[in-house]
Amino acid sequence: MNKKTFITPYVLWSTAFIIIPLCMVFYYGFIDDTGAFTLQNILAISSREHQKAFFLSLILSFISTIICLVLAYPLAMLLANMNVNQNSFIVMIFILPMWMNFLLRTLAWQTLLERNGVINSILSVFHLPKLMIINTPYAIILGMVYNFLPFMVLPIYNSLIKIDDSVINAAKDLGANSLQTFLKVILPLSLPGVISGITMVFVPALTTFVISDLLGGSKILLIGNVIEQAFTQASNWQLGSGLSLVLMIFIIVSMIFSAVFDKDGEGNLI
Amino acid sequence: MIRKITSKLYIICIFIFLYAPIATLIVLSFNDSKTRAKWGGFSIKWYIRLFQDEVILQALSNTLILAFSSALIATIIGTIACIAMDGMKKRTRLLLLGIANIPMLNADIVTGISLMLIFITLKSDFGFTTILLAHITFNIPFVILSVMPKIKQLNPSTYEAALDLGASHLQAFFKVVFPDLLPGILTGFLMAFTMSLDDFIITHFTKGPGVDTLSTKIYTEVKKGIKPEMYALSSIIFVAVLLLLLFSNKKNSIRKNKSQTQKIA
Repeated sequence: MNKKTFITPYVLWSTAFIIIPLCMVFYYGFIDDTGAFTLQNILAISSREHQKAFFLSLILSFISTIICLVLAYPLAMLLANMNVNQNSFIVMIFILPMWMNFLLRTLAWQTLLERNGVINSILSVFHLPKLMIINTPYAIILGMVYNFLPFMVLPIYNSLIKIDDSVINAAKDLGANSLQTFLKVILPLSLPGVISGITMVFVPALTTFVISDLLGGSKILLIGNVIEQAFTQASNWQLGSGLSLVLMIFIIVSMIFSAVFDKDGEGNLI
Repeated sequence: MIRKITSKLYIICIFIFLYAPIATLIVLSFNDSKTRAKWGGFSIKWYIRLFQDEVILQALSNTLILAFSSALIATIIGTIACIAMDGMKKRTRLLLLGIANIPMLNADIVTGISLMLIFITLKSDFGFTTILLAHITFNIPFVILSVMPKIKQLNPSTYEAALDLGASHLQAFFKVVFPDLLPGILTGFLMAFTMSLDDFIITHFTKGPGVDTLSTKIYTEVKKGIKPEMYALSSIIFVAVLLLLLFSNKKNSIRKNKSQTQKIA
């Protein structure tokens, strides 16, 4: 028996539930109510309210990705320098929160951030000014960073622990100081992890509708909210598909970006 | 010295950031008052009411059945695919792996609506089956991702040696190859289970009326106020998993210590 025939179930599955569904999004994105070809659904992105939602999504997800990167890189370095035996434990610490429902965790930030919430109570004990960010874009950024930080830490951590100690020692023997070692050796070698971390944070942040729903007080619409409402409330699948296609341009660009920088899948999550 | 303290402090700060909402939820589950806004005293009444609330228990059982069966089926399909891909030309393999990664790299909302559209086109009844199919689809990449590295580490000679020694293909696979793959398969299963358990977005688009998982139940409750029983349930799940992890970690480290002492001896 040929080993290759074992691929059949997987090929059938991915054709039926990955490739054909994506073609359906393309199909619906380019037709109108009567089924005739139109570009209207794609061009709908340029209407004022859609444009506003889209640019807000881009800005918020960009800021969140930067914050995640700035927070995650030093953390991943610290974790990578810890005892190697604890690998699985460290990964688990980041996976563990996922066992508590993601909606509830995000909702808990409401309790923490509210006008008379936990954080403000603590701040008032120290006579510090109150933090008023709930129902603003800042709260959405916080929710994005909170939810997607593990997706930045894990790939960077994984690419850092793969770096051979002798490479670093060689750099030091050859007279590099620690900053030079970092910039010329560690950073370039961890780049695949950084790139895959960026895509793993940017794509879900760009397309979220839940975080803006829960922390933005339902007044702030992101492009994800617009698409979600087109599908579940207005049943306007054509419009929803058209707007998703515009989003997919960004998703595909970031996929290509990560494929180019990470040919061997080194910056994988696991 | 100062460097060590700042790095410890930094790790602690991030952990507080990650776990503060979880602590909040656990505290809220013991709150006597129904609103999140004020503390009404310590009480375990939500834990008692939880076990009388059939709607929540139904959602829980849906969630667990979905997570278990989707992870199981995804693990089988994914593992078989990995074994098959091993013998392929690099180009075909990369293409297949690329397709496998689509649901993982693609935005959940796009995966969700694409599956919704295919189910509409096929005129399927939205319900448990459609959610299950969707979950299997997004779980497969996690299995492939964790099994593939183990396949690459395999030594092909061991399989051939087993055949030379008279084992059938099936025997050789289950007695020689499978044990080597098992850690990867288990990681994949666990990842898939976790992802399915935590998913909201894709379930939201592929579910029908009447069928709810915990996530979709919570989402519909957000507007009218979350039942505190939900906090109680999540706290139970979280503490159970935490204990399980601590236990298995301890067992592992004991085993490691033992083997180390044996080596020294």
